[in-house]
Amino acid sequence: MALLDVKDLEVEFPLGRKTLKALHGISFSLNKGERIGIVGESGAGKSVAAFSILNLLSKPGRISAGEVIFENQDISKLNRDQMRHIRGNRISMIFQDPMMTLNPVLTIGTQMTECLKAHRAISKEEARQISISKLRDVMIPSPENRMDSYPHELSGGMRQRVVIAIALLTDPSIIVADEPTTALDVTIQAEIMALMLELCANNNVGLILITHDLAVVSQVTERIIVMYAGRIVEEGQTQDVITNPKHPYTRGLIKALPQENSPGARLNQIRGSMPALDAIPAGCSFNPRCDFADEQCHKDIPQLTGPKTHTAACIHIDRIPAFQSTGGLT
Amino acid sequence: MDYLYFAIKRLLQAVLVMLVISLIGFSIQDNLGDPLRELVGQSVSENEREAMRDRMGLNDPFLTQYGRFMYKAVQGDLGNSYFFKKPALEVIAAKFPATLELVIGATLLIIFFAVPLGVYCAINPKGWFSKFIMAFSIVGISVPVFLTAIFLIYVFAVELGWMPSFGRGDTSDLLGWNSGFLTVDGLVHLVLPSISLASIMMPLFIRLIRSEMMEILEMDYIKFAWAKGLVPVRVWFLHAFKNTLLPVITVGGVQVGTMLAYTILTESVFQWPGMGFLFLEAVNRVDTPLIIAYIIVVGLIFVVTNTFVDLLYTWVNPTVKLVGSR
Repeated sequence: MALLDVKDLEVEFPLGRKTLKALHGISFSLNKGERIGIVGESGAGKSVAAFSILNLLSKPGRISAGEVIFENQDISKLNRDQMRHIRGNRISMIFQDPMMTLNPVLTIGTQMTECLKAHRAISKEEARQISISKLRDVMIPSPENRMDSYPHELSGGMRQRVVIAIALLTDPSIIVADEPTTALDVTIQAEIMALMLELCANNNVGLILITHDLAVVSQVTERIIVMYAGRIVEEGQTQDVITNPKHPYTRGLIKALPQENSPGARLNQIRGSMPALDAIPAGCSFNPRCDFADEQCHKDIPQLTGPKTHTAACIHIDRIPAFQSTGGLT
Repeated sequence: MDYLYFAIKRLLQAVLVMLVISLIGFSIQDNLGDPLRELVGQSVSENEREAMRDRMGLNDPFLTQYGRFMYKAVQGDLGNSYFFKKPALEVIAAKFPATLELVIGATLLIIFFAVPLGVYCAINPKGWFSKFIMAFSIVGISVPVFLTAIFLIYVFAVELGWMPSFGRGDTSDLLGWNSGFLTVDGLVHLVLPSISLASIMMPLFIRLIRSEMMEILEMDYIKFAWAKGLVPVRVWFLHAFKNTLLPVITVGGVQVGTMLAYTILTESVFQWPGMGFLFLEAVNRVDTPLIIAYIIVVGLIFVVTNTFVDLLYTWVNPTVKLVGSR
């Protein structure tokens, strides 16, 4: 039994008369201590998927169908108070921009200890000691002094370390990280990613990493989910997906990486762009951008097919020529 | 060190502002009618009047008069009231407690009602009660304060007879301060004037708190606070409200000054023996020294409250701590 089992999850945003669908029934699971990556361009629904796990969708978004089963309980149906005991306790989140994630008018110490005190009956001093030890775990120098600092006194990288420390405070079983390094300096990105990988592996914490950076995903995760226009289009073991992508969209993403292109040459782009939520084409939603699309692609919505370890949602999966990688990611 | 620099800078600014206020205040005296007409009777001849003008220095050049005025002003002497025949500052000081208590009463009302109502409307923007408050606050903003005051007197004093309609009631001595806070009668008399004075600011603050807080509630750090599993009360009243306070304090500081100005209307409707009522009487009597003294005292209160607000702002918002350094 998987630790987390997302089944046919649908999310919609009712906007006046029309309702926009952001997720068209996605399913995936996460085992204890497993690290998976969800990749895709902006607008693919990655963040919506991440936030819907904790039912933290921005208004007016809501889960309209499906289940989020965590420890044998459908947490998508819980009320706010029941959900409160899951959030930050059993499942924590790391947000994209560390500059915006910490409250500017409260000290680091306050923002850490309050999380512990919300979930455990412990004294102020105990909460402080745990917080300091977690700050030490994320390699923040002189953590005792940092407890009294305000967020603006720390750099972006330091702030993201604090956010990671907060996510780890209650020893959760899953961390959902929504583009945790996107807003950071390139040199800091690798450091933060390495730190997260180490902490998750050492503490046997499951990680759901949302990113558009395939290079990061290939280093950190064991499994990859590729999303396009609110659907999962490919899923498999990281190595399989990276070395032998089946879906034309995944291929496009990998081909577009600078590592996959020869120096000085134009980067291979995927032509066109992600459709808006109210303009998703009929049939396979990727068809306007796909080199292999034919009439059938405009009619049928493809289902995930293939061996359990590596599935893809493309009806022409057998017709597409084998993938030629220059080996940039491996 | 930063703090000292900040304090000195503020003090210099305050002196400059006070200089400008005194200049404006003093320069209106030439255009405010003839003090002698109020001072002496019909029987005094034109020659005698001219002689008195000379004696009082009213015929000197403007700058000479202003210099003399400032020389005395820095010593705490703003001239004698023509009507009361007493130092103007002393006359104002005697009325000051009444006005201050009225402002305190109104401010307390605003804090105790505007904060919870504003926060409530921000949390439930679509609830019927929020919509009702928003609609009602439009009415509150639109109705002038003297109309509210007369309406309150009509309903609660004339028709229902629950509340007194004028005056301060019993006052008692509190460390040399003539206070109405300590007697039941004094407090009862404070209710209607405080409500009508608060009525003009209350809707503004409710709307301000609501709109600022709604914006704050969309911020990432609030979402992160929810993701930490905190209880709603803590997210709303600590995480969101403390950030909402920053703009509210800035506006609030200015509004306290504006409220002082509105005391003139409230006090005259309720016959409240405060500075505002005194000022209106002084204008009627062309009691120039008293008018100038009032303007200067109110200016001083403005400067002091704004400095206080800046200090409060530093205390609430940690990111502006170093504002004093260059």
